[in-house]
Amino acid sequence: MTTKTLALPLAASIAAALSLAGSHATAQSAEMEKCFGISLAGQNDCAAGPGTTCAGTSTVDYQGNAWTLVAAGTCTTIELPAMADGSARVGSLEELDRDLPPA
Amino acid sequence: MPPDPAHRALQAQFHAGLWGGPVPDGVTAPAEAEAARRFNVYRNNVRHGLSRALAARFPVIEQLVGGDFFTAMAGVFAAQHPPETPVLLAWGEAFPAFLTAFPPVAHLPWLACVARIELARGRAYHAADADPADPAALAVGDPAGLRLTLHPSVALYTSPFPAVAIWRAHQPGAVPGTPLPPGPSHALIARAPGFQVVVEPVDPGTHAVLTALAGGAPLGHAAGQTDPTPALTLLLRHGLITAITTGDAP
Repeated sequence: MTTKTLALPLAASIAAALSLAGSHATAQSAEMEKCFGISLAGQNDCAAGPGTTCAGTSTVDYQGNAWTLVAAGTCTTIELPAMADGSARVGSLEELDRDLPPA
Repeated sequence: MPPDPAHRALQAQFHAGLWGGPVPDGVTAPAEAEAARRFNVYRNNVRHGLSRALAARFPVIEQLVGGDFFTAMAGVFAAQHPPETPVLLAWGEAFPAFLTAFPPVAHLPWLACVARIELARGRAYHAADADPADPAALAVGDPAGLRLTLHPSVALYTSPFPAVAIWRAHQPGAVPGTPLPPGPSHALIARAPGFQVVVEPVDPGTHAVLTALAGGAPLGHAAGQTDPTPALTLLLRHGLITAITTGDAP
């Protein structure tokens, strides 16, 4: 009996919350995005992965699995020094496997 | 390579020197007599840097007590609680407790509560990532048995003072002169998608529902006699539900 009287208001609550939250529920801010492989050692924002558990923990400059929040659309155009072999080093919206700390 | 004991001793001595001890051995200057004066410049740089780091983490406290007072207080705090890691965002955890015990601010007992909001905001900003779950899963099955996993950044805040309103009154765009509601305050502090850290004032009932949900209670239990709509709306609006599971009904 209690379950029944409880279940109806709960379902109504959920429906109300879903409609009140509206389109915000899945809205993502488009202003900033994560850019991998551009941070100096120790200056990354939070990230997960070996060697970079969280903010400020990257140990290598331009570490590929560490990210920094940048204005959307600017990630791949940020100027970085060339790689050791002379090829261009660019930031990426996906994790990179270059410039990783020694295992 | 094992740490060199001599190096460790030098580090310990250097640390002591920074926080009031004598100039460490081996600190020299072209004119020997100048070493102490030059080391003072270094000491001052460290103190100034830490004072600014603390102000960056507790900007409302700085506004409340004023820049000069804050800088002096930061010096005392830094000497008593120097950073333990090179990662400065992890520094300042002890600041609210320090404010509670610091005699010059004893007449501002709510100051530590405002500092706890700022601390929670910093923690939320740097919390681990987690994607929001599809809200459609909420409408499936018996609602009373639903268990929600909340985003790692979610913190539930409570204060015996109107600290949330004080904090809000010191944010950009706040209307000056807004009267403070008397009594305790409660808030949900979390990081919404897009790296916006939100401080949402909530009533005590909603705070209780959110606390129970964060503790893993099924929705039916968490709601109890309270309407869970405001709690669910906040969680959904800010993308703070990262998993929805159906457990056994209570």
